[in-house]
Amino acid sequence: MPNLNIEPALSVAGTRGIFLNAAEAQFDSRVQRKILALASMVTELPFVSEVVPGVNSLLVVYESRKQGAITLMKQLSQLWVEAPDTEIEGRVFEIPVFYGGARGEDLADCAVHCGVSIEEFVRIHSEGEYRVACLGAMPGFPYLTGLDSRLTIARRSTPRLSLVGGSVTIGGSHAGVTPCTAPSGWHVIGHTDTPLFDSSAAVAALLKPGDRIRFVSKGIES
Amino acid sequence: MIEVLSTGALNTVQDRGRFGFLNVGVAQSGAMDSSALAVGNILLGNPVTFAGLEIAMYPFKVKFLDTHVFAVVGAHCRMTLAGAPIPPQWICHAKPGDTLVIEAPVKGVRSYICFAGGLDVPTVMGSRSTDLKSALGGLEGRGLKRGDTLAVLAAPALLAKGGVTAPSSVSLSAAQIRVTAASEHGEFDNETAAMFFSSDWKVTQESNRMGIRLAGPILTPRRKIEMLSHGILPGTVQVPPSGQPIVQMADANTCGGYPKIANVIDADIGRLAQLPVGASFRFIHVTHDEAVQAQINIEDALDRLRSVVDAGDNAIRKFEE
Repeated sequence: MPNLNIEPALSVAGTRGIFLNAAEAQFDSRVQRKILALASMVTELPFVSEVVPGVNSLLVVYESRKQGAITLMKQLSQLWVEAPDTEIEGRVFEIPVFYGGARGEDLADCAVHCGVSIEEFVRIHSEGEYRVACLGAMPGFPYLTGLDSRLTIARRSTPRLSLVGGSVTIGGSHAGVTPCTAPSGWHVIGHTDTPLFDSSAAVAALLKPGDRIRFVSKGIES
Repeated sequence: MIEVLSTGALNTVQDRGRFGFLNVGVAQSGAMDSSALAVGNILLGNPVTFAGLEIAMYPFKVKFLDTHVFAVVGAHCRMTLAGAPIPPQWICHAKPGDTLVIEAPVKGVRSYICFAGGLDVPTVMGSRSTDLKSALGGLEGRGLKRGDTLAVLAAPALLAKGGVTAPSSVSLSAAQIRVTAASEHGEFDNETAAMFFSSDWKVTQESNRMGIRLAGPILTPRRKIEMLSHGILPGTVQVPPSGQPIVQMADANTCGGYPKIANVIDADIGRLAQLPVGASFRFIHVTHDEAVQAQINIEDALDRLRSVVDAGDNAIRKFEE
């Protein structure tokens, strides 16, 4: 595989953050593998307090009273070159999904929009293999990549003010599952009973970046 | 124990914040004016990590069911304890049955009631802060309501009396909020960037613990920018398609997708949080070094305050021996 010739942009993100942006217009899975490898390397650096992977980007929070921004940026540039972009195995999670029904009310519209039958839409969605790019926006929410391009749908023009937790969603080229009730501009195509976040657990979020997800159809509700 | 007699739903239990979980999507939360909470804790001999009440809706009334030592710091409000006026930033002693009343602020927005010993609510992911958006921490993950009772942890006897002058985030004149440039500032042309710094920005009604939404001239980038979701910190100034900036605050989403023109420096986030709806201010550009130094100055001032309070306490102890 040829070397990845992306020079990430580094910038100061306020008093105690550095933002490394390697994003082009479209998501790149090799860039994301490099981002996740970089994230674990950066965690080991002195004075780094939080490392937050985004989609093809990384936010590093550090003790700016003790470490210079320029020094940290140089370290990040150097580590970016060293970070491998090799495929990682990742843990596999199967998430049972009840498609359609009252808790998947956009399913029929999504199928029409994509020009396929509801059954075909569900088949394509549940046959895909997804990967957690990163967590964010709300506790334990995974940004999933790997959505079949036939199912890509622009986000809703009017976001829902409240979407119940456990919703299986599609937003643009991402798939998602919501851990908790929150506003959402994504389309809801079904629901799952798998809990994704428990603030009282030793590890609160079920998923972590790099994990693989399979949706298992438990049927289509009308 | 204390009992809430009158409150708004946006009054919450807050400590310094929930740190270390941005990577799993958990907001930092914590006091919007963190140095006010720190001043209150230091005044009472508490570690700065202790939890107090953040009051943003008035009038707020609370009854003390036991003997408690407390202090109120932050917005400038008329306050009474058992009917008698009390000063801000003052070590106050409440008897069982006493009621503390905090009236709507004359200046500022947010008041912090700190208690010697700190509030006793369960620690969730390392913090007692309430995250309203995710219904996490604080008192059952929600704002206070009438009839709520809260326990206060036991504290060593505090002998120091009186009050202190301390750094305050409440602006007495037209405010200036300092920012550093953010990653997408170059996506705005010079004219737009100049407008960002020369215009008066108004705090709108649609502001809360997640973000302060501003009204002013429309900021339009050179081209339409669509960004992949990326990590952001409180203080980030985003420019959504409306062209009206949003400053992300304590309960902000951990990820955003809008272009970022600037970051409010940490030292000024509390000052922004103390600007009421309708207040106008300007953004001032500073270097990253200046941003770091401003934060160091606040931390040093808090350290000095701690020495003054400790010295006062020790002096009284010696005198009474």
